[in-house]
Amino acid sequence: MPVFNQSRQTVIRLIFATTFLIIVVRLAVLQLFSDKYDAQAFSNAVYKKTIYPGRGIIFDRNNKAILNNTIIYDLTVTPYEVKQVDTSYLCSLLSIDTAEFKNRIITAIIKNGRYRPSVFEGLLSLELQAKLEENIWRFPGFTLVERPIRTYPFKAGAHLLGDIGEVDTAIIRRSKNFYQMGDYVGRSGMEQYYESVLMGQRGVQHLIKDNKNRIQGPWENEKYDTSAKAGRNLRTYIDIELQQLAEKLMANKVGSIVAIDPKTGGILTMVSGPVIDPNDLTGNTRQKNYAKLALDVSAPLMNRATRGLYEPGSTFKPVGGLVALDLGVINAGYGVSCAGAYYGCGKVIKCEHHNPGHAANMRLALANSCNSYFSQIYRMTVDNPKDHNTKAGYTRWKDYMNAFGWGEKLGIDLPNELPGSIPDTTIYNKVYRNQWNSCTNVTLGIGQDKMQVTPVQLANAMCVIANKGYYYTPHFVEKIDNETPADSILKPFRIKHEALTHISDEAYEAIHAGMQDVVESGTARIAKIPGINICAKTGTAEKYTVLDGHRIKLPNNSMFVCFAPREDPKIAIAVAVENAGFGSTWAAPIASLLIEQYLTDSIRSEKKKDVERIASANLMPAYLKRKQFIADSTRAYYYFNLRKDSSYIKKYLKQRSAKVEKPKQDNTTVSSNKNTAVENKQQQSAIIKQQIPVPVVSYKSYGNSRNRNLCFYKEAFLFVDDKHFKKQAAI
Amino acid sequence: MSLNKPEISRGIDGLLLWLYILLCCIGIVSIFAATYREGDDIVKTFLSFKTDYSKQSIFFLISIVAGTAVLLTDSKFFTATANLWYAFGILLLLLVFPFHSNVKGTKSIIKFGNALQLQPIQLCIVFANLALAKYLSRVETDFTKTRSQLVAAAIVIAPAILAIAQSETGLALVYFSFFLVMFREGLPAIILIIGFSFAILVVATLLVDPDILALILTGIAGLAIYIMRRQIKRYKSVLFGILGIWIVCVGIQRFAVPLIFDHVLEPYQVKRIYDTLGKDYIPKDAAAAADIAKNTETKKDDGDYNVKQSKIAIGSGGLTGKGLLKGTQTRYSFVPEQRTDFIFCTIGEGFGFVGSMIFLSIYIALLFRIVTIAERQRSTFSRCYAYGVASVLFFHIAINLCMTMGLAPVIGIPLPFVSYGGLSLVTFSMMIFILLRLDKDRQMVLR
Repeated sequence: MPVFNQSRQTVIRLIFATTFLIIVVRLAVLQLFSDKYDAQAFSNAVYKKTIYPGRGIIFDRNNKAILNNTIIYDLTVTPYEVKQVDTSYLCSLLSIDTAEFKNRIITAIIKNGRYRPSVFEGLLSLELQAKLEENIWRFPGFTLVERPIRTYPFKAGAHLLGDIGEVDTAIIRRSKNFYQMGDYVGRSGMEQYYESVLMGQRGVQHLIKDNKNRIQGPWENEKYDTSAKAGRNLRTYIDIELQQLAEKLMANKVGSIVAIDPKTGGILTMVSGPVIDPNDLTGNTRQKNYAKLALDVSAPLMNRATRGLYEPGSTFKPVGGLVALDLGVINAGYGVSCAGAYYGCGKVIKCEHHNPGHAANMRLALANSCNSYFSQIYRMTVDNPKDHNTKAGYTRWKDYMNAFGWGEKLGIDLPNELPGSIPDTTIYNKVYRNQWNSCTNVTLGIGQDKMQVTPVQLANAMCVIANKGYYYTPHFVEKIDNETPADSILKPFRIKHEALTHISDEAYEAIHAGMQDVVESGTARIAKIPGINICAKTGTAEKYTVLDGHRIKLPNNSMFVCFAPREDPKIAIAVAVENAGFGSTWAAPIASLLIEQYLTDSIRSEKKKDVERIASANLMPAYLKRKQFIADSTRAYYYFNLRKDSSYIKKYLKQRSAKVEKPKQDNTTVSSNKNTAVENKQQQSAIIKQQIPVPVVSYKSYGNSRNRNLCFYKEAFLFVDDKHFKKQAAI
Repeated sequence: MSLNKPEISRGIDGLLLWLYILLCCIGIVSIFAATYREGDDIVKTFLSFKTDYSKQSIFFLISIVAGTAVLLTDSKFFTATANLWYAFGILLLLLVFPFHSNVKGTKSIIKFGNALQLQPIQLCIVFANLALAKYLSRVETDFTKTRSQLVAAAIVIAPAILAIAQSETGLALVYFSFFLVMFREGLPAIILIIGFSFAILVVATLLVDPDILALILTGIAGLAIYIMRRQIKRYKSVLFGILGIWIVCVGIQRFAVPLIFDHVLEPYQVKRIYDTLGKDYIPKDAAAAADIAKNTETKKDDGDYNVKQSKIAIGSGGLTGKGLLKGTQTRYSFVPEQRTDFIFCTIGEGFGFVGSMIFLSIYIALLFRIVTIAERQRSTFSRCYAYGVASVLFFHIAINLCMTMGLAPVIGIPLPFVSYGGLSLVTFSMMIFILLRLDKDRQMVLR
């Protein structure tokens, strides 16, 4: 037979060998020269589960928990596993439509990819959670995930505690990817400042999952797992009952209360009005309430204690007196004769008193809050013969203010504190082109002009006076549980600032005596508490605002500062109530009640009705209504322009046309119309607007805040003209 | 060949036998690694015969017993009954048409009760091998004649056609491996070259835009004419030959391939071929799309997904592997069909490059041993049969490994001796044992 074919066995062997060589090369490429498969196998099979530790609790000075953790559920979805879901039932449970359902799934895929869970509906209500838990088997791919949230049993302290919220990309970037999408962090207040302490340490659990994403057990015997460490608790100086009382008193008012223990710098109470309930901003109610509060022009979300800027008014006087005494430009017996005004400079500065001898010495001048006296001693301070000129004297004066902690950030343990304002000479040089003297800013002596402080700075100045020179930076946290030397976060609060201890005891005693007289016989007699020597100072600061293009004078800010008892100061308070009138009418009684509550742990029965009276008083400034209208209508018009949906602006249009009708009829008699000042202004401006032809406004630069203010008015014009609206609506 | 040995083991090729046993054991261990669940009592599950690895062991024992019986027969039995077996096989294949049972995606299985199922197309490989060997070894066959070559081709292609009719394209392709045997027996090499070129042309058709491919082919033809211009001057027929080849190539590329893809192959098969080449297949109409959807859903194996997961499994093995029962891909069923067609993933992931190399060297040793055995036969029948065994095994191994590593389309061909499957194990075992039996009488001339 064909023996000659024997050579072909070599060919066949070669074919075998070549094929196997190809396979070996391929195998080497797969196994030796590409490492992506290893990573893919890992991500296929190992599920890294993050274990969230419980967040630290914040306690008050009596070890009551001001906030607590509780668990709420998120509905999460893994889009890849969503197959044969009873969509219509799920939609009916969540009360959304199928279009929205699809939308959310697509959003989830974009956000976290197909194979990772993303939040489908966050923070479920208890009822909804129960329903979903029962039916979760109908919805493959959907799971309920625990999410710890905060509750506030005392319903107090929203501004100082702050809130927690989901991280955004900026936070993730800043943390160098320490946080991951979906993590919750402190977004404001102490929650933000003490984030590193409160958050604890996240744990990681490696779990094996199979091809259907079912968990099969731990991976590599938990060798790489780390356990979660609970966040540490904070022990604070806050007196939660005092806080509750203060918040009650501040209801329906714009302003702020700060109470500090002068001995330690510990903040006992910090309130910002309008007051909000912290429970409104957690869990499933957050979304709804947050939007409402954020759009409110009275800015309820802003912490006015650290971010509200106030002219101290007469409450500055003890500070001004101290500076003058220390510089030796006057002594405690120095007096001026005041006949109801200060005529030393060109402009007349009015004084509330005109009886002779009401400013015969420092003590009397303080008790009677004589404007002439303090204007005079301010000028003497700045024009100090020891200094070469006014500017040098002013700089020295400014250094004193900075020593009190004014004009620069105090460094309290809350984020985003404002420094207030004690202007530099450069500012006056610029404004007055170098031509200024002690008369130019003489009202600085009575706490006006360009001087602005935050309530916490005001309270801190009281601490300095009460302590006769030293202070600790105001702070909330006394200690951290299981504190280690590595915790540097509290170090700055344990340093004693001996800023003004060089001022003599006599000077302090003179000021203390004057401040005590304020309560005993002066402007704040209403604040007197039998058995307690209170040192205080009232203040009434003038306020102006711009509304509808006009500068209008608002009711005065009611200010009050005090500390008590005089002999052994335990509490220093600053109160500011915006647009409420005299310092003695609202701010003083509030402070008095707080002192009584704090020092005696109770309030006398005859004072209890005072609490109710103040708590029920609504002192929300009237001009805010107009501001709110402008803001809302502007926003509505903006969205109307974007979406071409006239339903946004309908209600503003009606309101406007109704308002416009009236003055149209009695156009000529407007001037004789005797309404309140603000309303009068409104009507006048409404008429002015009617006469102006409608400008065509470009909204391209809407984001710029200066332009936005301009837009207010331009848009307000647009609402007047119905024809224009119809034209817009027709588009 | 010591006389002390008992009759049965005298003259048996020990190396081949041991390689075979080794592969079967590797198979059982691999199936164990792929299907063992944490916490199962190993001894108990092995004896319960419920798990796949214990079933496979049973089939291995059955194979050994049946193999012993084969060794006890006379070697002339196989030459005498070869055609009979072949006829029996074809009969079985025909019986499949009326009696096949509803098993997912195929019409080639006859079920007896719940436990036993028979796929005649697998058995028929042995029969076709015997029949081909018988035909080639006939004294009156002159394999240099075209007629003989056509008859031999018909013997192997007939079952393949029946297989395609039963939607078992993968197994049908196995029968084409017998052309290697024919090549050894004198089939002109040109036929293999043409077959190979055809395959390349088909792949190129799928990968390259038809117009550009036509241009390339024309360019090649032009180049060939330019190079061979001297010969063309002398013999005009060379020019016509080149032009003829060019027309055939363009014809295949333009008409034959689309025709085959649209009318002969099922859309899901077309999709798998496209998947392997890394191209997206767009179904030409709704019916085709429905067919793809049906086949991917019922078979639970979207070819693309399988290959991807299988590549991850093998690739993540690295140099030394993750160790037995430690592979996450195979332990947690990311690779579908991992105990049958994709069993190599378990080895690749568990034992890495080193383990896979050892495993491959066992296979190549087996194949080379069979070729050596074939060449030492005195009778043509034994030689042809041995080459048949080598070709069939080679085809299975090569395609299966390429399939798991993404070099070949997923066509559902098992890895011999290793993949789970009673019938395939028994079939391959019988092939080996018949070979051993024939080899025992290698000094005889069998007709």
